[in-house]
Amino acid sequence: MIDYLALAPEIIIAATAVVVLLADLWLVRKYWTAIIAVVGTTAAAIPLIVMAVSPVGDRVLFDGSYVVDPFALVMKGVFLMAGYVVLLMSFSYVESDRYYEGEYYFLLLVSILGSLVLGSARDLIGLFIGIELVASPMYVLAGFRKGDLKSNEAALKYYLLGVLASALLLYGSSFVFGLTGALTFDGIASAAGGLVHEPAFVMAVLFILAGIGFKVSAVPFHFWAPDTYEGAPTPITAYLSVSSKAAGFVALLAVVYRAFGPASATWAPVVWVMAALSMTIANLAALKQDNIVRMLAYSSISHAGFMLVPFVVAPYVGVEGLGNAVAATVTYLVIYAFMNLGAFALVIAGSRKSGSGTVDGWAGMATYAPGLAFLGAVFFFGLAGIPPLAGWFAKFVMFRAVLTAGSGWAVGLAVIAALNSVVAIYYYARVVKAMWMDPVPATVPGIEVREAAVPVPLALALGITAAIVLVVGAVPGLVTFFSDATKVLAGGG
Amino acid sequence: MAWFDNGWGLSLIVFLPIAGALVILLAPKKNLTAIKSFGLMFTALPVLLAAVMIARFDYGHASTFQFGTNLSWIASINARYHIGIDGISFPLLVLSTVLTLLAVIYTFNHWPEPYNPKAFMALILVLGTAMNGTFVALDLVLFFVFFELVLLPMYFMIGIWGDKTMMKVPGFKIEAETRLYAAIKFFVFTLFGSAFMLLGFLALYYRSGDFLASGARTFDIPTLIDLGSQGLFTGTFAFLVFGALFLGFAVKVPMWPLHTWLPDAHTAAPTVGSVLLAGILLKLGSYGFIRISLPILPQEAHRWAPAIAILAVIGIIYGALACLAQTDMKRLIAFSSVGHMGFVMLGISTLTVVGINAAVIGMVAHGLITGLLFFVAGSMAHRYHTREMAKLGGNQTLMPKMGAILSFTAIASLGLPGLAGFWGEFMSLVGSYNPAFGLDLGVFRTAMVFGAIGTVLTAGYMLWMLQRVNLGVPSAEWDSHALIDTDVYELTAWVPLMVLIVAVGVFPKLVFGATNGAVVALVAKAFGG
Repeated sequence: MIDYLALAPEIIIAATAVVVLLADLWLVRKYWTAIIAVVGTTAAAIPLIVMAVSPVGDRVLFDGSYVVDPFALVMKGVFLMAGYVVLLMSFSYVESDRYYEGEYYFLLLVSILGSLVLGSARDLIGLFIGIELVASPMYVLAGFRKGDLKSNEAALKYYLLGVLASALLLYGSSFVFGLTGALTFDGIASAAGGLVHEPAFVMAVLFILAGIGFKVSAVPFHFWAPDTYEGAPTPITAYLSVSSKAAGFVALLAVVYRAFGPASATWAPVVWVMAALSMTIANLAALKQDNIVRMLAYSSISHAGFMLVPFVVAPYVGVEGLGNAVAATVTYLVIYAFMNLGAFALVIAGSRKSGSGTVDGWAGMATYAPGLAFLGAVFFFGLAGIPPLAGWFAKFVMFRAVLTAGSGWAVGLAVIAALNSVVAIYYYARVVKAMWMDPVPATVPGIEVREAAVPVPLALALGITAAIVLVVGAVPGLVTFFSDATKVLAGGG
Repeated sequence: MAWFDNGWGLSLIVFLPIAGALVILLAPKKNLTAIKSFGLMFTALPVLLAAVMIARFDYGHASTFQFGTNLSWIASINARYHIGIDGISFPLLVLSTVLTLLAVIYTFNHWPEPYNPKAFMALILVLGTAMNGTFVALDLVLFFVFFELVLLPMYFMIGIWGDKTMMKVPGFKIEAETRLYAAIKFFVFTLFGSAFMLLGFLALYYRSGDFLASGARTFDIPTLIDLGSQGLFTGTFAFLVFGALFLGFAVKVPMWPLHTWLPDAHTAAPTVGSVLLAGILLKLGSYGFIRISLPILPQEAHRWAPAIAILAVIGIIYGALACLAQTDMKRLIAFSSVGHMGFVMLGISTLTVVGINAAVIGMVAHGLITGLLFFVAGSMAHRYHTREMAKLGGNQTLMPKMGAILSFTAIASLGLPGLAGFWGEFMSLVGSYNPAFGLDLGVFRTAMVFGAIGTVLTAGYMLWMLQRVNLGVPSAEWDSHALIDTDVYELTAWVPLMVLIVAVGVFPKLVFGATNGAVVALVAKAFGG
């Protein structure tokens, strides 16, 4: 018998998506589709809360292929909240141009559904379905600004490279299934220990890592990200850089800690290289960007590198250290999610007022939009990891996790991460500097545009994310309460 | 008063300023009176509380942490809200509260351009919380957060209200406004150091788990000091950890050759920014050495001490020579900080009771004197619209009171006996004649000789500055200017500093009375007497 409560969030989101699509046929005022989407997303959170407080432990469905454990609950909560903020950001953005609103929200909801599936997927098929469900609607949404060549380019690049990544992932999965005879992660794990010297298995692991590497946009699989981020509608870019990336990380966490746990000596060095390259190359590239969205694209690549850092300790530590590594990546992911969503919401608001998406175009924003300039300091210095903003704690737990292993490799990566967090300050500070310290450029639009009120939903998105960044910075326990629960993924729970 | 002694008093001192900043952010932008009164209130209250502490502090047990509390903060990493003050941090905390208040009072009549009192006042207050917090934190994570919290307000202070003249960016073929260059340089340098400091803290945290009976790891500074004094942190591990902490603290002090951010930042900052930067922020670094590096890693401190002494002495001589080459008055004062902090670090490197006492009183004196020097230099630049000493000659004639205060402060700065600056320099030289057991006498006595030469050079450049600025015949340029001598806000801010400079100079027990017990205990515990 199926535990429908465990599937309730997915069912609600799927139903909402269908309702949105049907309602779009009859509704005249299309913004109702957005309201339906928001209501559905909110409703989906209710069963999550019910499960979180219920005394029943892990809910295991379909012979262990689909598990709702604390890790799944926390990640689903993050996906719903991130989806919620993206919906808020979308309202005025989608209204402002001739978009197909119903389809827009339908596709977004389908992608959110995929991320919920990923949170619970504990076998290779569920994993693949989840990843595809997250990505496929995004191929369309990235190209939603139909008249804009850059948007077309964004969609095409994302699609071609995304399909390649999926192929790699599937190909690797087929080898794993062939070698281990299992699809569930636990089944693979029990066979993986004996296969670490099998070349085909090593190759399969590498293929799967590469496939997911595309999804999280880690170097050297990041080439699609800057162009896609720049061309896609900004709320979709926010979604790609947060939810889609988080979905990739959830997949990565589940696969490497669960399925390939015994083979950690095989994948950890690969992740080491990916982490070091992502942090360094993306940071150096970000230094030169004038377009804020492109800068944020490179910044999100470098953050992917920081999130990969804790993985490398896996071969050296016991269950506790593995748990810390999982919790560190999750903590980083959660804090990063809100800082980055906030930053993109700010990009939407700031671009409206200043009529520009470049660093120079934002100059002097503090004189005509002090509130946005303040939020700029909050989000960009938050991303840089400066106390008292939440980003410091993300960096802190990342360092803490990687130093668990006393090995020289781990310490070396920590030093690379430390140097990179210093480099990063330069490009984040550059935006804040422009907003606060530079004179207003001549290109700035008239007073009725630059002093127009920020639309309410967008202001709400900014407010929610800023509040989280400020409060979590002072009371990080609010995040660790959840991220500590995700340690179960690494076993021992 | 139990509530006061059990953490509330100290917590209020730390958090009142930032609460004031929030209140000011809610105040209407136009209402200058409200902004001023909130600023005054939320910095005066900590001074009053600190005064109560002066009365209630148990000087007989200066080495124990008082007025503290220890509460859960981030349970999952065992970081705690552990605060408290002992004889070493106490004078620095008092200095910090007083200087913040005086900065606020001075600002009332000296809003820097671009005029934005609300934001400027809020930043001073945030800075106040960060500085006070660093001196009371007894948990490495808490210390780190406060230590880093100074970055944002100071970055904005320099970047928005700083010096707008153009300068050539070293190493690039471009020009930039001084404030922008100085602000980001300050930020990047400090962040570079503190990133490594954080790695060092985490390394200590992990190693602590190996030694504690419970097996739980800790960021607790007193606990780590206990472990450290048992000599448990040793070998390459300890060497690297000390190096990581050294980077964090030495950038902040700053020690040569990591000092290059200082002249730029101090010169570019608005007056109040320079005062707080020189008066308090630099001490966060040297305080870190005394509070964290020395007692937790005593063997490594012993191993690193000669290197620190040599760098300190290079800083003294280099700072003095650089001063002799300056034409800009504010830049001269900035470079003099490199030299004075060199004496502080020389005192610390001796690892003796005399040396560390010298360091603490040196920090307090430098905070008072250089703070006042920057105040005066700022006020003069405000009136003359130039800081070029060549143009300022005859200041004494034009503004007699301003000139007198400048002379007084400059003479205090060169270490005249009877004024506060004397004790730190003199005792750190005494300390380096006879450093801790096992340290190379040759190195330290050579350091002493060069340090002594440094005091002569210091006297030289300070007197030369006075000669160029105060003496001589005023340039005809100023005939058409209505130069107003010191105003009431300036005197209100400056007289307390002058009184304290004399008081500490004549009666150094004001500081030693608190520090000595704590320093003796620290040295005994870490270095066996």
